[in-house]
Amino acid sequence: MVSKRSINYSTWTPLAALIILIIISSFASEYFFSARNLLNITRQISYTGIIALGMTLVIIAGGIDLSVGSLVALAGGVAVLALNALGGGPLAVAAAILVAVIVGVLGGAFNGMLVTAGRVAPFIATLGTMSIYRSLTLYMANGGEFRSQSDLFPSFGAGLFLEIPIATWVFVILAVIFQILLSYTPFGRHVCAVGANEVVARYSAIRIQFVKFMTYALTGLTVGVSAVLLASRLNAVSSTNAGVYYELDAIAAVVIGGTSMSGGMGAIWGTVIGAAVLGIINNMLNMAGISTYLQGLVKGLIIIAAVLVQYKRK
Amino acid sequence: MTNGQPQAASQPADQPASQPEELLRVENLTKAFSGVEVLKSLNAGIRRGEIMGVIGENGAGKSTFMKLISGVYAPTHGRILLDGKPVRIATPSAAQRLGIAMIPQEFNLINTLRVYENIFLGRELRRAGVLDRKRMIEIARRLFAALATDVQPEALVGDLSVAQKQMVEIAKAISQESRILIMDEPTTVLSRAEIDSLLVIMRDFTAKGGAVFFVSHKLAEVRAVCDRVLVLRDGELISLDPVAALDEHEMARRMVGRDLSEAFPAKATPTVVQPVLAVRSLTVPGSLAGISFTLQQGEILGIAGLMGAGRTELGETLMGLRKAQSGTIAIDGAPTAIQSPRDAIAAGIAYLSEDRQGRGLLLQYDSVVNITLASLKQYARLFIQNRKCQERARYYVDSFNIRVPSLAADLSRLSGGNQQKVYLAKWLDTAPRILILDEPTRGVDVGARHEIYGFIHDLVANGLSCILISSELEEILGLSNRVLVMRSGRIAGELAGDALNEEEIMYYATGLKVQEIPGDATAPATLSGASGAPVE
Repeated sequence: MVSKRSINYSTWTPLAALIILIIISSFASEYFFSARNLLNITRQISYTGIIALGMTLVIIAGGIDLSVGSLVALAGGVAVLALNALGGGPLAVAAAILVAVIVGVLGGAFNGMLVTAGRVAPFIATLGTMSIYRSLTLYMANGGEFRSQSDLFPSFGAGLFLEIPIATWVFVILAVIFQILLSYTPFGRHVCAVGANEVVARYSAIRIQFVKFMTYALTGLTVGVSAVLLASRLNAVSSTNAGVYYELDAIAAVVIGGTSMSGGMGAIWGTVIGAAVLGIINNMLNMAGISTYLQGLVKGLIIIAAVLVQYKRK
Repeated sequence: MTNGQPQAASQPADQPASQPEELLRVENLTKAFSGVEVLKSLNAGIRRGEIMGVIGENGAGKSTFMKLISGVYAPTHGRILLDGKPVRIATPSAAQRLGIAMIPQEFNLINTLRVYENIFLGRELRRAGVLDRKRMIEIARRLFAALATDVQPEALVGDLSVAQKQMVEIAKAISQESRILIMDEPTTVLSRAEIDSLLVIMRDFTAKGGAVFFVSHKLAEVRAVCDRVLVLRDGELISLDPVAALDEHEMARRMVGRDLSEAFPAKATPTVVQPVLAVRSLTVPGSLAGISFTLQQGEILGIAGLMGAGRTELGETLMGLRKAQSGTIAIDGAPTAIQSPRDAIAAGIAYLSEDRQGRGLLLQYDSVVNITLASLKQYARLFIQNRKCQERARYYVDSFNIRVPSLAADLSRLSGGNQQKVYLAKWLDTAPRILILDEPTRGVDVGARHEIYGFIHDLVANGLSCILISSELEEILGLSNRVLVMRSGRIAGELAGDALNEEEIMYYATGLKVQEIPGDATAPATLSGASGAPVE
C-alpha cells in the first residue's frame, strides 16, 4: 500500500537527499567512490540499519522502541557466553547465532507485552527496559567484556561473500523481506491500519494488540541478528559500550526515510535510504577529520531537520 | 444574483450611509486543487443582517467556499471584498481579526482543557498580568445561559457530549465579536431545544448588523431560518433567491439538478418468515438491559430512540465490540458466541458505525485499501493480490457510483456521501448476511442519500437482512418493515403496519408509552422518565 503512493513528491525526498549527498561526497573526496570505502559504509550502516527495519514497523504502528541498544548488548553478551560454553566450534557458532536471535525476540516480546497486555505507553515501557537490559548485561559481565574464545566466530562477522561483507548481505536480504512483509502481506497492512487509526482498525476486526506485539517481537529479532553480527565482528561484546545510541541511529534512519513519527505510513526502502544517508555523512565527517565527538551533533541536527521537513509537508 | 432589494429593516441605524449594503462580497472566486476546479468563478454577496443558507450536495463546493472566506484556503482566482474593500484572508486568524468566525463541522477543541479555557484560547483575559479566571468563567456562563444550554464553564471538554462540544464551539465563535458567522452543519447533532436557542442567537446576532452563512443539509431548517438561499452544484452557483421563493422540494431539485420524485423506494415485505438473528436478554452493564428481538430474513428492522437510548451500544455489542454480561445471540437458530469483531464477521454480521471518519475509514488511505481492509483474508494467502483488490474496488466504485478522482486517491478528499459509499462497500465485501447500519446517512447529501436508500433496498431484496439505527425518523419510517423503539437500554416498543408512525415512535422513545415485550420482564412500567427530550 505504500509502494503504490510512492509517485508523490514526499516519498522521493529521502532518495533525492541521498543522491545529492552522494554527489557532494564524490566531489569532496576522491576516495569516496572507491569500492573499499563504499563497502565499508554498507557494513557500517548494516548494524543499526537492520534494527531500523524492525523499528520502522514499530513506528508505523504508532509505537517506539528505545531499548534496542541495550538489547543489542544483552543478546550479544548472552550469545558469546553460549559460544564459549559450547567450545567455539562450528556448532557453537550456530548456537550463538540462534541464542542471540532468541534473546532478541524474547526482549522484544517483553516490550510488546508491556505495551499491549500491560498498556504501558511505548516510550515509557521501552525506556524502562532500556535500563533493565543494560543493567542485566553490566551485571553479567561485571561491567567488563564478554570475550569470545572462538577463532571461528570472527570469520563470520568480518567475512565477505562475493566480495561483499556478510553484514551487508544480511541487511539487504532482511530489508527485502521486511519490505515484502510491509507492502504485500495482510500483517503489513494491519500494521499501517493500526498506526493510522487504532479505532478504525479495531472496528475492522484487526487484532490490534497482536499486531503491536508482533512489531516489537520482530524488532527484537532484528536486534538479535544485529547483535550477533556485531559480536562476531569484534569477537567480543562490551557491556558498557555495545549498542550505545543504537536507538538513536535506528530511529534516525526511520525518520530520515520518510516514515511518519505519528504512525500510519512508511516504507522500508525509505529506512534503508535513511541508514545510507547517515552512513555517508558519518563517512564524510571521518574523512574530513572532524572530531568523532561532534558527529553526534550532526546526527542530531539531521534528525531534527528530517522531522521538520516531514512536518512542513503536512 | 442579488436583486438589489433594500434590506433597511435589518440594517442598524448607526451604519454610515456610505457603507455598502453588502457586508461581504466575492467576485469570480475560484478554487482549484491540482487543476480541478471545485469552486468556479463564484459571484455573490451577503448583506448586513442577513442569514444566508448555503446548500448543495457534498462536493458541490460549499465547504470550499466557506474555507476561502475563513482563511483556511487561499483562492486560485478572484477576490473577497469586505465592506466594499478587497481583503486578503490568508489564515484563519486573519479571518478572525476581520471578524469572520467559523464554527467547524469537526471540532477544534482541546479535550484536556476546560470549557472556558477553550473559549478564551489564545485571547485569555488578564488582570494585572495573570489570568482572570473568574471573569472568563463568568462570561462563559453568560454565553451558555444565552444559548439556553447547561454546559458548565469549568467542565473538561473531553467529558462533554458531542452536542455540548458543538455548543462550546458556537459560544467560542459568538464571544469573538465577529461580524460574519459561518455555521457549517451546525444543527446535525443538536437537540430541538438547542436548535431553537441557536436560532434565537443567530437572529440576535444579525439584528446587530452581523451576517450568517448557514450551511446545512436540513432543508426544513434552512427554510425556517434563512433570508436567502444560495444553491451550489458542482462548484457553480445555481441560484441565490429569497427563501420565500423556494420550498424544500425545489431546493432539493436545484441541488441535485433533477427531480427527486420518490424519496424512498417501495418497501418489500419479506416473503418467508425465517429468523436470521435472534437476540435474547442481551445485557451490557451500563448500556443494555435485557434486549430481546428477532430479525427476519430480508427484513429492514428499524431501531429508533433518543440519544443515549443504547442503540449504538446494541450495534456494537452484536459486532463483538462490547462484552455482553449475559444473554444469547442465535444466528439461523444456532447459538453463536460473538466475543470479537472477527467472530462477528465469521457469523456474517457487519456493522457500519455512526462515526464514519473516526471509526470507519482510514482517511489517509485510498479506496482499495479501505474497501478490502476488513475482508483482506479473501485476497491473500501469504501475499495480498493487489490486482484482485483493485478489481473488487473498481466493481464497488462503479456499481455504487462512487465519485473518486482515481482508485489511489485518499479518502480524505472525498465528500461525505462518497465516503459513506466506500464504507458500505468495505463491509459488503465481508459478504455479510446481517448488515447493521448506524446513522447511514449522517452528513450525507440528498443525492447520495437517495442512492444509499436504493442500495439498501436492493441488498435486502437480494436476501440480506438489515438493522437500521437512525435518528432521522423519516428514514426509519421510509425504509423499515418493523421498528423497535429503544429507551434507557431497553426495548420500549415494537411498531409495525399502521402503528408505525412518527408520533408512536416518540411516545415510546420518551417513555409516554411502554409495551410489554414478551421475554423482556425488565421493561420499565412507569411514566416517570417522560420528558420532552428530542430525538437526537
